[in-house]
Amino acid sequence: MTNSWTDIRNTDLVVIMGGNAAEAHPCGFKWVVEAKANRGAKLVVVDPRFTRSAAVADYYAPIRQGSDIAFLSGVINYCIQNNKVQWDYVKAFTNATYIVKEGFAYKDGLFTGYDEEKRDYNRSTWDYQIGPDGYAMVDETLQDPRCVWNLLKEHVSQYTPELVERITGTPKDKFLKVAAMIGECSTPTKTMTSMYALGWTQHSKGSQNIRTMAMLQLILGNIGVRGGGMNALRGHSNIQGLTDIGLMSNMIPGYLTLATDKEPDFNTYMSTRGFKPLRPNQMSYWQNYKKFMVSFLKSMWGPAATAENNFAFDWLPKMDVPAYDILRAFELMKQGKMNLYFCQGFNPLQAFPNRGKLTEALSKLKLLVIMDPLQTETARFWENHGVYNNVDPAKIQTEVIQLPTTCFAEDEGSLVNSGRWLQWHWPAGSPPGESRTDAWIMSQIHLRLKEMYKKEGGALPDPIVNLYWPYKDPSEPTPEELTRELNGYVVSDVLDPNDPTKKLLTASKQVPNFGVLRDDGSTAAGCWIYSGSFTEDGNMMARRDNSDPDDTGAYLKWSFAWPANRRIIYNRASADINGKPWDDTRKLLWWDGAKWTGYDVPDIAPTAKPQDVGPFIMNPEGVSRLFARGMMREGPFPVHYEPFESPMVNLVAPKIRGNPVARVFKDDFAQFAEPASKEFPYAATSYRLTEHFHYWTKNNHVNAVLQPEFFVEISEELAKEKSITNGGWVRVWSKRGSVFAKVYVTKRIRPLICDGKPVHVVGIPIHWGFVGAAKKGFPANVLTPFVGDANIETPEFKAFLVNIEPSTGPVA
Amino acid sequence: MNMELSRRQFLGTAGAGLAGTTLGALGFGGVEEAHAAAIRPFKLFNTTETRNTCTYCSVACGIIIYSKGDLKKGEKADITHIEGDVDHPTNRGTLCPKGAALLDIVKSETRLQHPMIRRAGSDKFERVSWDEALNKIARAMKDDRDKNFIAKNADGVTVNRWNTTGFLAASATTNETAWATYKAVRSLGMVVFDNQARV
Amino acid sequence: MLKPAPNPPVAPVPAKFGDQDLLRKSASTIKPPAERQTEVAKLIDVSKCIGCKACQAACLEWNNLHEEIGTFNGSYTNPPDLTPASFTLMRFTEWVNPETDNLEWLIRKDGCMHCEDPGCLKACPAPGAIVQYTNGIVDFVHDNCIGCGYCVRGCPFNIPRISKVDNKAYKCTLCSDRVAVGQWPACAKACPTQAIAFGTKEDMKKHAAERVTDLKSRGYKNAGLYDPPGVSGTHVMYVLQHADKPSIYAGLPDNPRISPIVEAWKGVTKYVGMGVMGFAAVAGVFHYLIAGANKVTPEDEASAEKLTRGEKP
Repeated sequence: MTNSWTDIRNTDLVVIMGGNAAEAHPCGFKWVVEAKANRGAKLVVVDPRFTRSAAVADYYAPIRQGSDIAFLSGVINYCIQNNKVQWDYVKAFTNATYIVKEGFAYKDGLFTGYDEEKRDYNRSTWDYQIGPDGYAMVDETLQDPRCVWNLLKEHVSQYTPELVERITGTPKDKFLKVAAMIGECSTPTKTMTSMYALGWTQHSKGSQNIRTMAMLQLILGNIGVRGGGMNALRGHSNIQGLTDIGLMSNMIPGYLTLATDKEPDFNTYMSTRGFKPLRPNQMSYWQNYKKFMVSFLKSMWGPAATAENNFAFDWLPKMDVPAYDILRAFELMKQGKMNLYFCQGFNPLQAFPNRGKLTEALSKLKLLVIMDPLQTETARFWENHGVYNNVDPAKIQTEVIQLPTTCFAEDEGSLVNSGRWLQWHWPAGSPPGESRTDAWIMSQIHLRLKEMYKKEGGALPDPIVNLYWPYKDPSEPTPEELTRELNGYVVSDVLDPNDPTKKLLTASKQVPNFGVLRDDGSTAAGCWIYSGSFTEDGNMMARRDNSDPDDTGAYLKWSFAWPANRRIIYNRASADINGKPWDDTRKLLWWDGAKWTGYDVPDIAPTAKPQDVGPFIMNPEGVSRLFARGMMREGPFPVHYEPFESPMVNLVAPKIRGNPVARVFKDDFAQFAEPASKEFPYAATSYRLTEHFHYWTKNNHVNAVLQPEFFVEISEELAKEKSITNGGWVRVWSKRGSVFAKVYVTKRIRPLICDGKPVHVVGIPIHWGFVGAAKKGFPANVLTPFVGDANIETPEFKAFLVNIEPSTGPVA
Repeated sequence: MNMELSRRQFLGTAGAGLAGTTLGALGFGGVEEAHAAAIRPFKLFNTTETRNTCTYCSVACGIIIYSKGDLKKGEKADITHIEGDVDHPTNRGTLCPKGAALLDIVKSETRLQHPMIRRAGSDKFERVSWDEALNKIARAMKDDRDKNFIAKNADGVTVNRWNTTGFLAASATTNETAWATYKAVRSLGMVVFDNQARV
Repeated sequence: MLKPAPNPPVAPVPAKFGDQDLLRKSASTIKPPAERQTEVAKLIDVSKCIGCKACQAACLEWNNLHEEIGTFNGSYTNPPDLTPASFTLMRFTEWVNPETDNLEWLIRKDGCMHCEDPGCLKACPAPGAIVQYTNGIVDFVHDNCIGCGYCVRGCPFNIPRISKVDNKAYKCTLCSDRVAVGQWPACAKACPTQAIAFGTKEDMKKHAAERVTDLKSRGYKNAGLYDPPGVSGTHVMYVLQHADKPSIYAGLPDNPRISPIVEAWKGVTKYVGMGVMGFAAVAGVFHYLIAGANKVTPEDEASAEKLTRGEKP
């Protein structure tokens, strides 16, 4: 989230599209209800299903899953055509005025530089023209035909309301009603918030779904302001934290990245990461990258990381592929190229696509290690459960070790919420049986390996035997010890270069913020964006002062928010080019003549003059990007691509199937249904229900009472066509598998008319499996396709094809 | 900080709704001890309160866990009830159907109790000691790493990666656990490393 | 938002109401206290309800209830009906508004309405099995319940359910134990959107008026408060988007009132008194008229008869 849950109270219009906040985040949705009750805010829901969010919406519009880019591009087009643009914001705070390189062009669904063989682009033309002064060229008048604004205008012009209706199935009048409601928020005194979640990410072009809305929010001037923003509603309690701390294939804590094979040494690695400003005066904050990187390396290897060995840079692995994400991991497993696999509080057999492939892959491992508080299907993938897991244990040679861990109620530490608040919690109960903390288990594994490498030697023991492990009890570091490292500390005294009698930093003290981190090894910080969370003043994450001056919803003294306790990022953009708030009733930050002041921690140098320094300090331009340069694999502007399994061909680019740059493994292509398939004619989507949390709460008796049994949802029209009765059994199958389910025939799903033909939607909740308290049932991933988003490999769970027929149910 | 004060300040500014609707202001008559036969004794009396946050989604609602016994005093603690924390700015004491039923996940019949092993081709899990389980895991890791570690790629560039063993990290463990995990995993050169951010 | 009650006390505090605050007691004549406690009410704003069932979960947890895990029955309403363990239930109705042709998903939290004029209490033949406090809470005293089921028939909202395990009647207590220490009922506290609120009846009516104004501004011209006069008002009220048609909300009665038979029965007992007339004669007629033939076992009748004579069953 750019903003916070409690900030949603400040909005005028909530658009829930690509999510279902009332069901997935009820207590966050509270702030939508408050905005409606207290500010007269309106709620718009755009979704293939009439959800429980739609039940309390002021306006609902249906949409075919996988067509969001067409819809949103249509809204951008509407705003441009009808002058629903916050011009002062767009001109000052976006790259609308920037001139794009000659050579960059778009035609028939593709941009310049496409290589069909590689399913990738040469992105060299996707950039600004650089002037003789070394800076990007701009045209403040927006007259230049090559400026971003004019290219964007041209790019979205094809998404007329008529075309939007043909692609999305949203009736034109409903689309125009939503566009008009959104367009009203282009005034500086009206704000819209976008609340989205996996309904946008779980597509082969998920990143571009989000980007399209972000562009729209910039055009409306809604980024960095109270009640605005792009609000990704994270699903799990600490998935934000796990991502911040870089527990991903190619990541280093604080959104730094591992080197690739093409970056053989530290200097080459740094040469592409110390972004020089692209416009005069800009902060281009990543210029500090090396300070964060060296401080990270010091926290990993302590005294063994020295200037002489480039702070042990070589002990980090380098990447030969963009990422060993989970889809790639299971592909490698299936190919017999992986031997050991750990699942820490994760149930991939339920959570990843194409169940059949996952079972086959797990069966080829030598050892599977499970760390979990609960029984999972993954831990028991070898166990026969009739139709629900029809395997022969005797044929599966994988050894499985299942380790019992503590849960939230028994451990201590911090979790990061969706609004980036790091909140500390305390243990309340004794752990059951022999269960132990994950930190203890990881320590045991590390200490054993360290001992073995010391004794036996082996492949590169150095990073293991030198791993900095300075804990009082090495077998179980305390949460406080670990969090102090994450915050960062001073390794050796730093003296004032102007007056060497003065110490700037004192060895062994906690650093107060990331501003003091250094690239010479004198500071260490596990995760630079968390600096400030545990300082010499104590544990900032444990703060519980819920005062909120002037009821802005900031709560600056409650816990700690990264970065720097900032609650709304890009908040400098809440004021105009002169530093005056756009909306006096909704002030956030303002320039008092000498410095920035207000209700939040400024997201800019406190004395950076408003006319000089742009609000988007992480970008070398200092402004936000309507044109993404080479940052996105599909192109600098979003294009409507159909899902890989779609009930229709792509109307804007008929020759293109799916996302042209999404990675598809060879065997998986063969398991996709053809576009507009007769064999699999129905558009399916999978989703959560409010009564359950993923695959956990089927272990909970109460939640099992509230939604006891697997079912699918279809329209009355489809039910009639197929002679299916409400509450009865159906069989649903895709090109990858088949499930039996109860059926809910509902008015909340209606056939969509797309390009003149009806598209029937089949809704598939995801929460059932073969362990737990709830009735045994099939998980949705029996049906889903094994393909991910082109940029970050999020599986395409939201749009695929199935067939359906009435059934008498599974034979036990 | 003075919690009591901050709580009162908070309630003082808690909202734009009606003034004086808390039950304290209901004007109940006397405070006689007599408890009606039908009214259950209040079950949170004489329990220990612990502040925590909900384990499910990223709204991160504040909760209070009530237990018999107090861990801070070195006692065994048995959790008896979980309820929303009214002082929390986001949820204001409310909880969703998952959060309101947290007690039943802590106490789920399918909570794991002991380390277990399923041997190759077997149709059951068997008990195993922590030591045996951890020794077996560490040995398997070292053998695989020593066999498959790539120190240099075909071009002779130092790459120091290990891609035949993978690690899927959690989504509900603490930052501190995440950091211990990161250190232990990355120091091995492991690159097949991921979390649940996408699902 | 309404100010929630502070976090629950863990140090014992005295109860704010008790036996001295009884307004009515089933099959008994009592003298109510001179001064009535401020009436409380739960306000259920259907227009804010997201059907999440947090109220159901919180109710099960707070009251230590064990509901059975059922099956999917073609609706989100789970379990399919109130039970002795489910004191409250979200009832889901897909309703197409004939005026706009728009689908409206009406989600109503069902449960005891805590009537000012409680039909259950009036129908109950067991002395002290149902009590009403002066703050409006209607509560069942299970030690006194004979499981006859008359309360079910007497209830205009069809709320109480008889347990097959202990043959006693069960329903929402309005969390009398929580209210007694200044807490909101568990469902109201949990409700993420404050679709369930709790306070004095007067404040809840004021709050409802604000909500009705907001709904009217959004085009719900018949929005209104449901506080039915047929039972002299209730201590659980609804804000409805379409208050002119309560029955579209999963059969919420348009004009609930106590069955005339119950009124007649109470009329007889009031003047004659059970001890004088004998239980069997009256109860037999009443039983035949409204409870059906096989609701109450002869043993229950016998117990009830003993009860009326002041004996232990």
